[in-house]
Amino acid sequence: MSQTSTAPAPTGSSAPTPRRGERARRVPNWAPWAAFAGAAVVVGALWPLLDLNIALFVLYTVVLGTLAVYLLTRSVEGSRQAIDRLVTCLVVSAFGLAMVPLVSLVWEVVSRGIGRLDGTFFNSSLVGIVGEGGGAYHAIMGTLIITALTTLISVPIGLMTAVFLVEYARGRLKRAITFLVDVMTGIPSIVAGLFAYALFAIFLGPGVRLGIMGAIALSVLMIPVVVRSAEEVLKLVPNELREASYALGVPKWRTIVKVVIPTAIAGLGTGVTLAIARVVGETAPLLITLGITTATNLNAFDGRMATLPVYAYYQLTQPGVPPQFATDRAWTAALVLIILVMGLNVVARLISRFFAPKSGR
Amino acid sequence: MAKRIDVSDLHIYYGNFLAVENVNVSIEPRSITALIGPSGCGKSTFLRSLNRMHEVIPGARVEGKVVMDGVDLYGSDVDPVDVRRQIGMVFQRPNPFPTMSIYENVAAGLRLNAKRMKKSDLDDLVERSLKGANLWTEVKDRLDRPGAGLSGGQQQRLCIARAIAVEPDVLLMDEPCSALDPISTLAIEDLMTELKERFTIVIVTHNMQQAARVSEQTGFFNLNGVGQPGRLIEFNPTEKIFSNPDQKATEDYISGRFG
Ligand SMILES: Nc1ncnc2c1ncn2[C@@H]1O[C@H](COP(=O)(O)OP(=O)(O)OP(=O)(O)O)[C@@H](O)[C@H]1O
Ligand SMILES: [Mg+2]
Repeated sequence: MSQTSTAPAPTGSSAPTPRRGERARRVPNWAPWAAFAGAAVVVGALWPLLDLNIALFVLYTVVLGTLAVYLLTRSVEGSRQAIDRLVTCLVVSAFGLAMVPLVSLVWEVVSRGIGRLDGTFFNSSLVGIVGEGGGAYHAIMGTLIITALTTLISVPIGLMTAVFLVEYARGRLKRAITFLVDVMTGIPSIVAGLFAYALFAIFLGPGVRLGIMGAIALSVLMIPVVVRSAEEVLKLVPNELREASYALGVPKWRTIVKVVIPTAIAGLGTGVTLAIARVVGETAPLLITLGITTATNLNAFDGRMATLPVYAYYQLTQPGVPPQFATDRAWTAALVLIILVMGLNVVARLISRFFAPKSGR
Repeated sequence: MAKRIDVSDLHIYYGNFLAVENVNVSIEPRSITALIGPSGCGKSTFLRSLNRMHEVIPGARVEGKVVMDGVDLYGSDVDPVDVRRQIGMVFQRPNPFPTMSIYENVAAGLRLNAKRMKKSDLDDLVERSLKGANLWTEVKDRLDRPGAGLSGGQQQRLCIARAIAVEPDVLLMDEPCSALDPISTLAIEDLMTELKERFTIVIVTHNMQQAARVSEQTGFFNLNGVGQPGRLIEFNPTEKIFSNPDQKATEDYISGRFG
């Protein structure tokens, strides 16, 4: 291999070795970009010949550009640097590939949903609407109420389970609970819905639809997520802090409440927020337990409620004639849902930023 | 109020592993007792068994008696939380609470136990404790800054301040000076000499001069080999240990002719 080496030769050799600071030949920084630009030009020139489309164009450009960068680097800098560049190209390409579905999904939802993202959408329901107009006020409120109820049920149960697992449970009991939580994580959401439905049907007869049923179904999905994330975070709290607290004569429960949980609060908050984001878009269980309405119902203990995912589902599948207006509303509902989830993710980041234990000097 | 501790036939286990075997010793009130010995011989383990911190580790247990002023600390009617309130501890590695400020760290023993106290009294207590740990001048302008933002040695002194703030009867210190510079070390030693008027102090140290300087009694721990339990080889007045020890092993260890 013809390699211009900068590595110092083994000590003791009297042969003239390249000194530190004496630079080997380097490919200039702009060269890889130039290689890709060149590749794009070449592939572009071949477009009519090969009958390309945009996806193939990008694919060929990336392959050709990567090859060019590799060969160029190899001839100038040597094989180690060439492999470094090759892997860099591969990693960046993989990242680009992963971004494709995300970007195209967001693009699609935004471009189709932005049209109806207006005041009416946020402050009117669907009562008496056949064609144009109408909104999703009732569905937005429904989603907020159901999600709040779900959080209210899941967070205390989930957190306490996690505290029990980390601080108290030992041996077989701990393994059993961990196993059950794992199983719960894998429950299909429709099964959670059927569970809640069956549970309430026992007491209130078949065909029952209540907001609280949906909240319970979603809790079945959310509790294991909260438990797992909280458990991981609580395990990260160093044992030394617990011991420091015990050594001051602080009882165990106070240590947990005043030392362990405050130390982990950032992670706990983030975990809970992400768990909420996970259930806020659930459709299947709500379809069974809440049904859908056109009117606003803010009482989770009385009758059907609308929620955004179910709303979008019905607007899309039963649009009426002409279908255009309902389809538009469905896309806007999807857009609102995405904004909600993104908002929750931002909140999660802010929580972990603000509550993180400070070590600043 | 200083208290006397009598240990008899103490065996200390981690699960099935016997870490320390058959310790019999009396720790005098108002004095400093030093524990020396090679690494891994069970000094920390023994120290932690004195205030029932040992059993915090899953599977860890002890057999035998630790009697403080006539009360068996391992008796069935004794609450370990009460024991730890009377016997404070400073750990080998500094462990300030990362969520708390310097002030709150020192006040933690009272705050965490929800003891009510007037703000001015608490301020006094914090100042006194920090002065006692020779940290006051360094942190008096930034008491509300996080405790974790201090240097390692400052953190250790913060932990000492935290331990003496609750005014225990006995203070256990596990290599409190291993992370400190000579000046702070001297300050801590002065502090110990001062504290022994009121407290009983047990200190683990790898520093022979320190043991010789501050302690009245010295115990030498040793173990015969890897996987063997540690044992208290010799327990005698410090002068005797350092001038004319009973055991050959002690003399070898102190003079550096070990193994
Ligand atoms: N948490 C634990 N679980 C199991 N064994 C332990 C645990 N902590 C310590 N041991 C074992 O107990 C023995 C005594 O350890 P200990 O920490 O008391 O030593 P030490 O004398 O304090 O040593 P050093 O001077 O290095 O601090 C060692 O063999 C150690 O491996
Ligand atoms: Mg130790």
